[in-house]
Amino acid sequence: MSPRILPYLLILPVTLFLCLFFLYPFALVAQQAFSNGAGFTLDNFRDVVTYWKFPISLQNTLLLAAAVVPVQLALALLMATMVSRMERGRDLVLYVWTIPLGISDLAAGIIWLAIFEQSGFLNSMMTGLGLVDQPVNLLSYQNPGMVFLAIALAEIWRATAIMLVIIVAGIGLIPKEYYEAAEVFGASPWKRFLRITLPLLRPSLQTALILRVVLAFEVFAVVAALGGTLFPVLMGEIYAYQFDLQNGRAAAALALIVLAISIAFTLVILRVLRVPKGATI
Amino acid sequence: MAEIQIKNVAKKFGAYQALSDINLTIHDQEFMVLLGASGCGKTTLLRIIAGLETATTGEVWIGGKRVDHLAPKDRGIAMVFQNYAVFPHLTVFENIGFGLRMQKLPNDEVKRRVERTATLMHIEQLLKRYSGELSGGQRQRVAVARALAMEPDVILMDEPLSNLDALLRLEMRAELKGVLAESKTTAIYVTHDQVEAMSLADRISVMHKGKIVQAASPIEVYRNPAAEFVAGFIGNPPMNFLTATPAGDGKWTVAGQVVDGPRLGASQLQFAIRPEDLGPAESGLPATAKVVEPLGAHLLVTCEVDGHSFRAVLDSDLTVKPGDRLTLAPQADRIRWFDPETTLAVA
Ligand SMILES: Nc1ncnc2c1ncn2[C@@H]1O[C@H](COP(=O)(O)OP(=O)(O)OP(=O)(O)O)[C@@H](O)[C@H]1O
Ligand SMILES: [Mg+2]
Repeated sequence: MSPRILPYLLILPVTLFLCLFFLYPFALVAQQAFSNGAGFTLDNFRDVVTYWKFPISLQNTLLLAAAVVPVQLALALLMATMVSRMERGRDLVLYVWTIPLGISDLAAGIIWLAIFEQSGFLNSMMTGLGLVDQPVNLLSYQNPGMVFLAIALAEIWRATAIMLVIIVAGIGLIPKEYYEAAEVFGASPWKRFLRITLPLLRPSLQTALILRVVLAFEVFAVVAALGGTLFPVLMGEIYAYQFDLQNGRAAAALALIVLAISIAFTLVILRVLRVPKGATI
Repeated sequence: MAEIQIKNVAKKFGAYQALSDINLTIHDQEFMVLLGASGCGKTTLLRIIAGLETATTGEVWIGGKRVDHLAPKDRGIAMVFQNYAVFPHLTVFENIGFGLRMQKLPNDEVKRRVERTATLMHIEQLLKRYSGELSGGQRQRVAVARALAMEPDVILMDEPLSNLDALLRLEMRAELKGVLAESKTTAIYVTHDQVEAMSLADRISVMHKGKIVQAASPIEVYRNPAAEFVAGFIGNPPMNFLTATPAGDGKWTVAGQVVDGPRLGASQLQFAIRPEDLGPAESGLPATAKVVEPLGAHLLVTCEVDGHSFRAVLDSDLTVKPGDRLTLAPQADRIRWFDPETTLAVA
């Protein structure tokens, strides 16, 4: 076997698999989005974008991402720094912290619903402590801030660990000698974090942020469980088009818009956190 | 004023005793070279002085102040790491200026010092590059420049020139010595190159298995090695050893010859002589030439004396062929004696 062909031959099965189960359906969706049954059209996009719920669901999705992702990034960095300083019990702590990753997003939403709903833990606690006379409906349209907070908390709880594991792996790749050199040349622990850890972590930060931002645009089940219709998001709208309104073309168009947003953010992250040639570890 | 005192320092890694009984004073502005074979604890000692490693026992003083509990940055030191530790994400300029930036020096001062040290190390044309775009030797010079730019009281260098070609090393070594003397810096310089040690050092500390065997001027270490290890380690080719048995009244029998020696009651001593302190003579040690290597100025003859391999550096005018029988007379005042039990020198 020629060594030139062998690598291509080896990736052939995966490529075929991806073409069959990813590219093909994707092409179908794209075709749907740009057709009106008879020919090419942009009407689906126009309809979707001009619908009154589009701006609010776009705004909610972006707002949620903007609130959740920076907090998660900061938390993940903090946790990763702490874990990588530990000498013993490090694996155990990591396992515990990554447990929420093993829970589906709908289940996570339900867990937090159990905390926030009218008969939930939070209300029981508040009445028990005498803070309120009777349980209040925290997740109602009168409390939009509370709904947002509950969703944001649930998202942070559920999906910080995905960034954590990537960052822990990234920190593990940074040789100890750079920290020692920085220490000798006068960098305080905070300066070492800023001037050594963060820049050398750029490849991991890229991966973690892209993954997390894309997931943030796809937020759905947690929002459905906690906010229902009070907090429309883009994914919820796609669902509604497809199953409530039976409008597959509109759903496909909106899905493509979400995809475009994701790609745009991915490109921005890649650009901002790029590592110059020759500057890798 | 930066005198370094190391008092009773010992270091254990788990059960492994990496350093023991280290007592050493490095005077202000002195150039001290730590010389020893690989794994003898040179880097460990340097890291303890720098504060990157804590000694299991003992004290470190710098400039009359005990520094054991101080962070590395508060010890007034700069260091050249054995593995360079040149930051990959910074340009050469920012690498050299790293410590200066940490001290929040103004930009023009940083620029001035970076350019000066870079020029000194012949890397001024590389300032914009990243470390991934440098050769090993260039990276090493960045590490040296980064330490020099700090203008520290004490500079610790862990084999800073090991990766340079012979010519460049010679040049860098001279420049380094000049700069450090001029800036009145106290320097500790680790190497396992004895020529480098000889040419740079005010004093050499020879280390062996985690101990300092001898700390003295290069010529003293060379002429009067304190132990067999030093005698065998320093000098190329190394010192020759032969077993001596007492012949009474301060005389010793070496390879059948009677030689004047110390008045001691020992049943055996090691007789030692440097290859260049031997010369052909009427009477002396009987030797059979085995290998003859002309070295230009000299002739290195490896022969057999009393069943032992024995080297002599002879005048290149002599014609010696393998198999020739020689009589080699040791220069009497250059003979050294060692106790085979303790391996230490005896007077
Ligand atoms: N962190 C560590 N843990 C365990 N053992 C160590 C550690 N660091 C060094 N050692 C051991 O201590 C001994 C001395 O190491 P050190 O690095 O000081 O040697 P060195 O004299 O600098 O050698 P070289 O010339 O090869 O650099 C070695 O046997 C090494 O294996
Ligand atoms: Mg070393």
